[in-house]
Amino acid sequence: MSQTIIAAGFMPLTDSMLLVVAEQQGFAAAEGLSLRLVRETSWANIRDRVGVGHFDVAHMLAPMPIAANLGLSPLPVPFIAAMALGHGGNAVTVSLDLWAQMIAHGATDDLDPATTGLALAAAVHASPRRLRFGVVHQDSSHNHELRYWLAASGVVPDRDVEIVVLPPPLLPDALASGAIDGYCVGEPWGGVAVRAGHGRIVTTKSRIWRSSPDKVLGMRAAWADANPDTLAALIRALHNAALWCSAPANLPEAARIMAQPQFLDQPADLVGGALTGHLAIGAGATRQVERFYVPYAGAANFPWKSHAVWFYAQMVRWGQVQASPQNLALAAASFRPDLYRAALAPLGVPMPPDDYKIDGLITKPLELATPAGPLLQFPDGFFDGTRFDWSAPL
Amino acid sequence: MFAPLSQNARVNQPDLSILIIDDNRIRASIIEEGLREAGYNRVAVVVDIDAVARVVEQVAPDVVMIDLENPNRDRLEHFFSLSRALERPIAMFVDRSDTSSIEAAVAAGVSAYIVDGLRKERVKPILDMAISRFNAFSALKRELQQARSELEDRKVIEQAKGILMRSRNISEAEAHALLRKTAMNQNKRMADIAQSLITAAGLLEP
Repeated sequence: MSQTIIAAGFMPLTDSMLLVVAEQQGFAAAEGLSLRLVRETSWANIRDRVGVGHFDVAHMLAPMPIAANLGLSPLPVPFIAAMALGHGGNAVTVSLDLWAQMIAHGATDDLDPATTGLALAAAVHASPRRLRFGVVHQDSSHNHELRYWLAASGVVPDRDVEIVVLPPPLLPDALASGAIDGYCVGEPWGGVAVRAGHGRIVTTKSRIWRSSPDKVLGMRAAWADANPDTLAALIRALHNAALWCSAPANLPEAARIMAQPQFLDQPADLVGGALTGHLAIGAGATRQVERFYVPYAGAANFPWKSHAVWFYAQMVRWGQVQASPQNLALAAASFRPDLYRAALAPLGVPMPPDDYKIDGLITKPLELATPAGPLLQFPDGFFDGTRFDWSAPL
Repeated sequence: MFAPLSQNARVNQPDLSILIIDDNRIRASIIEEGLREAGYNRVAVVVDIDAVARVVEQVAPDVVMIDLENPNRDRLEHFFSLSRALERPIAMFVDRSDTSSIEAAVAAGVSAYIVDGLRKERVKPILDMAISRFNAFSALKRELQQARSELEDRKVIEQAKGILMRSRNISEAEAHALLRKTAMNQNKRMADIAQSLITAAGLLEP
């Protein structure tokens, strides 16, 4: 049987794992697909090369398809996200200097965003100069989560601190050289700074916004329309890869695969820590972070339209886009749970009953009864206790 | 009397300021030279990414070109979106609707940022020039790589022939013929057969 070749771009981050594992462990081949994985050097290249058709699909920042559809990107090409590539996966790392100041202002080393946020705010306001933080792209969950955390802690982004953009692999060096004071990035790039002795992990995405997406399977809407069967097969391959990655017994092998030079090119134990949530946070201390990166469980691949609306609400909040019913509709339409549901229907996978949810209602793990069986759901919502209601997003 | 057409054109087209950001000095100078030959005199080149902010302030570029391999592209894009030096928001590429130009640019490995409102026909020749020079540079690089790998191949084949001559006590011509015949039978390159032979000989050494 001939295989359909899919060109897929990715950035060197642990959550590119589903694409890599789908190809390397045979889940793509089982669906009649062959993934041609291409490592990229910038998110702008990912976006542009999907836009002009060099890539059929890509490991893409969750807000990126939304930003493209709202006209914030250079190409006038409609994008969609057909599934999320897991929940969590990133952390906030600060320089040792800033960490020392945060300790002086009461920071504790439990990665609690509420206490470290307040200590950071005190350090920011006491600093003689404006501190500078790095994120990987304007249209990234890192940017929006960092801003959310700062603002909820009493720091006004752009006024009290400067936020700059750097690609993931360059962030540890920028921290070491003093060019930035902290950053928010997907692993292993926080761990790289910790291991080099330049950084301290102070909190994680999984605690700022619980059960939230970071990357999606992004593509042109036109490609999805023209290749419905191929896309459905790809979603099934990635679903099976996500299941495989969820089994703790497979994580050492997953770490070994991802550590290879053509993927992350980092030590396997560092990658393994990012996959199991066993993080070295600095000065020899380690923490076991619950649900640091979740490849599948808790509907972590389901592209919630309410999550797309949250990203839209942040774009409005920080002045990137005008609030309007049209823009709201464009944002929600960027995430396509219908495609995800349809592709997995033959496998009998438990699905959420709705495409929208209010974030912050679930406070402990629970099982939801669905026609296909129980669906596990993990606590969601924000560290400051705020709920996000998609029907009143602003 | 009418002025010559070219002079007219020049009067209507004040020189555009062009900034090239490329950490490959050779390629940057090839593009710079091309632009100067085409009559663009206000061309600045930045190799060190940390100098970009200062240079943008100084030269106030109308057009900025960046190679796509540059990992700092995200940073620059964000910087441009905030920069007051560029005054107005900038768009990428020549025109959002001009998809063929965009495709050609991405394929060649260059992206361009222009001051919004700049007319398409003024920027198109600059981008076309950059694309052709990028392509020429890639071709040059490919040729160089090919020459280098041919040299490597020849070395490997010579070494394998030496092993065959010693172990089988045959002449150089016979060793060459044996390698060629094996390669043809297995539908492989001679250099690949030679490499396997060297590896195998290494394993068999006492």
